[in-house]
Amino acid sequence: MTQLVWNGLFVGSFYALVALGYSMVYGIMKLLNFAHGDLYMLGAFTGFAVLGAAGGVSVTMALPLLLLVLVLTMGTTGLAGVLLERVAYRRLRGAPRLSLLITAVGASFALEYGMRAAAGADPRVYPVRLGGTSLEVLGARVTLQQLALVGVAVVLMVGLNLLVTRSREGRAMRAVALDPRAAALMGIDVDAVIARTFFLGSALAGAAGVMAGAHYGKIDFMMGFLIGLKAFTAAVIGGIGNIPGTMLGGLLLGLLESFGTFWLGGEWRDVFAFGVLILFLTVRPTGLLGERVTERV
Amino acid sequence: MTRRDAGPRSIASRLVDSLTENRWIGLAGLAIALLAPFVNATPYAISVMTSAAIFVMLAAGLNIVVGYCGLLDLGYAAFFAVGAYTSGVLSTRFDLPLVATLPAVLVATVIAGVVIGAPTLRLRSDYLAIVTLGFGEIIRITATNLDVTGGPSGIYGIPGLAGDRISFYYLTVLVVAVAVVGAARLGRSRLGRAWRFVREDEDAAEAMGVHTYKVKMAAYIAGAIWGGLAGVLFAAHLSAIAPSSFTFLQSALVLMAVVLGGMGSIRGVVIGAVIISLLPELLRDLADYRFVAFGVLLIIVMLVRPQGLWPARAREAARSTAPREAVR
Amino acid sequence: MKDPANDLVNETVNDPVNETVNDPVNETSGGPSDHPLLSIEDLRLSFGGVLAIDGLTFGVGEAEIVSLIGPNGAGKTSAFNCVTGFYRPTAGAVRLRGRDITGLRPSAVAALGVARTFQNLRLFGEMSVLDNVRAGTHLWIRQSVFDALLHTPRYRRGEREITEQAHHWLDFAGLRGDRYGPARALPYGEQRRVEIARALARRPDLLLLDEPAAGLNHGEKAEMLDLIRRIRDLGIAIVLIEHDMGLVMDVSQRVVVLNFGREIADGPPEEVRRDPEVVEAYLGRDADEAEIEQARASVAGGRDDGGA
Repeated sequence: MTQLVWNGLFVGSFYALVALGYSMVYGIMKLLNFAHGDLYMLGAFTGFAVLGAAGGVSVTMALPLLLLVLVLTMGTTGLAGVLLERVAYRRLRGAPRLSLLITAVGASFALEYGMRAAAGADPRVYPVRLGGTSLEVLGARVTLQQLALVGVAVVLMVGLNLLVTRSREGRAMRAVALDPRAAALMGIDVDAVIARTFFLGSALAGAAGVMAGAHYGKIDFMMGFLIGLKAFTAAVIGGIGNIPGTMLGGLLLGLLESFGTFWLGGEWRDVFAFGVLILFLTVRPTGLLGERVTERV
Repeated sequence: MTRRDAGPRSIASRLVDSLTENRWIGLAGLAIALLAPFVNATPYAISVMTSAAIFVMLAAGLNIVVGYCGLLDLGYAAFFAVGAYTSGVLSTRFDLPLVATLPAVLVATVIAGVVIGAPTLRLRSDYLAIVTLGFGEIIRITATNLDVTGGPSGIYGIPGLAGDRISFYYLTVLVVAVAVVGAARLGRSRLGRAWRFVREDEDAAEAMGVHTYKVKMAAYIAGAIWGGLAGVLFAAHLSAIAPSSFTFLQSALVLMAVVLGGMGSIRGVVIGAVIISLLPELLRDLADYRFVAFGVLLIIVMLVRPQGLWPARAREAARSTAPREAVR
Repeated sequence: MKDPANDLVNETVNDPVNETVNDPVNETSGGPSDHPLLSIEDLRLSFGGVLAIDGLTFGVGEAEIVSLIGPNGAGKTSAFNCVTGFYRPTAGAVRLRGRDITGLRPSAVAALGVARTFQNLRLFGEMSVLDNVRAGTHLWIRQSVFDALLHTPRYRRGEREITEQAHHWLDFAGLRGDRYGPARALPYGEQRRVEIARALARRPDLLLLDEPAAGLNHGEKAEMLDLIRRIRDLGIAIVLIEHDMGLVMDVSQRVVVLNFGREIADGPPEEVRRDPEVVEAYLGRDADEAEIEQARASVAGGRDDGGA
């Protein structure tokens, strides 16, 4: 039982990291960045390349090195996200929703198959795996590396929340999310704020990618597809656009999946997750912490 | 169609009008499809052309949902799968000819359309896109996990619909032609207008008495039927089906055909489908890069020419119009 | 093939009055009725604690023109949205010929014979002007999916008829521009006419016009005034939201004044225009005598806009 809870929270923290970027971008420009999951994939491959370039890794140095790789990867995927916004989305900001969504699908496609062309279709084995020393906590088997990864995820999320709620930048973001036109009139550089949002969200996705690579040990060019869907599910459960809600949604989805897998079997895990998504959208489309929005006629 | 031109117009402009009229273009396209086997009738060429024709039908169906009604469906392959699997399972389990499975296929696709549409069509359009994607995955994973559907390896030995390859090709072209004309006619009907009212402005459509939920559901069901019937042709064509034929990639390719050709334009969509299905055959050497190219193409089309290669005309021909004097 | 889409298409208004097609004048004489055409009873609407409408009560008789006026933000458009089903009122009732229509979805309200226009034009921009007006015929043409697929005689007849109707209502609304091109290509004033033609093609008993003269020049306003009168002469009742006091005083049989969601006056134009509370609502409390005089003159008509 506690094992299921722990597994759920562990996977959930990955979901939450990826979902945050989804949620922030949606909050600020009402765009479902379909390619967001692929930035996670890009992060995993960037980390793979950096680790490969660093050569052999001793087990004792694995964790500090991984943190360094994490930072480098976050920078790379962050910039990739900014580039994506600049090239594909910015010019369509006033266009119909449908055009933006289709563009995002195109971007996702280009990233996935671009990576396949560059790195091949076969899964790659991650050059670093963290040591498997395990502890017993309340009957659940917990490895140190899991604890470390959850720790990193928590630090990143707390940092993001502080940034958004306390800093000047964060205030600008919230202003743009509420009303881009009014924000622009108040002298906020909306383009810059959106670029920053993309940077932050993509960096978090990249970090999650590296962590997933280090944890699961294998990466492939389609790994972002499913997690993108899961992240969207997490964001919807918590309330899309709402940062604490999204974190909550990620953890909750992880827990639900963990228990769902236990009851139904692993092969039905994704069906169960999407079932939850559809249920939530039908019953409470604003999510747990989202506010009801009245659409004006 | 009755011709009642109001004023005198030049013969030349009439000629141009009538040549660009859907009917003539459609007949020309049909003629090309019918004559193609006389140019190249190798089994490989016939197989590629049959697949292209089936792909045209898929695109015509998705065009109803995305082009006419403006609902982004990213899981369209799900309907294709429902049609293919229903006919495949019934024909192999009960030794039925494929034609006999058609009523069951229709029922199954309509049910699939309602099941997917009912909870999702009230949602905002962008949520709908992701949820349909989720549904597409649910259908594929279910087909992989169940025993009835043959698990990951799928179903073999599905009977064909016609004797040899060539006659099956002609049968496919015929069915697809009817499907395309049907989709175009629906587009010009009361229901088709309602779809476009919903696409343009849902509130204004409601205010004019269009029950937007029902109308969207109708688009979904029509799309499901087109996709399901295309699935039957697909099963008959390959005689074997597996979950790997119904991935997101398939849905995305159909969407690409619709977007490239011109959302809401039946001519454009047919051309788009032919391009998307034949291009990989022409670019075999670039296999690794072709999906990258498709992705980039989607972005470029949206940025540079969102209406597609051959867009629907917003302009209406004056011909079907009653003389104004009579009304005044 | 049992196609649910088919049920949808066969569904038409169960309003026998609308059966006659070429004679829109007779349609609205819906027989004697004890109930007023529209009655709004103690309507209240709040958005998250903010009261947008706070007790609005008024009625509209057959073929009557009633104007709803008040400063910006007084709740006029919200009231329209409550009547047409776009908002669900917090309390109160909307009745159409005595039948409670509160909370029905907009298409159901439209099916009962109510049509509206929007404050910010809501045309189907990429569709032809004729198609826009054809939207109004959605509720009364009979056409099944099979008619459409097989192009049956009924399909051809129906399509011809709605095209004729579309032309008729565009002529009626005085459209001069291109009717075959996309609606977005028309100039603003012309788009207003298309929106009204679309609403009229519905052949409503009650038409709600939300600032039909906004953004029109002087000549266009005069034509709009004439158009509103001609619509009334067809036997269609009109509720009008309008800021141009000259137009309101000229055309209305009754005027209802809203201020901050509250109804402050309801009566014939000449009475309402003298109401001190109305003058005050338009000017504010500490206006001096000269300003009040000026406002009176403005409210009395002639000049544009009462400074709302």
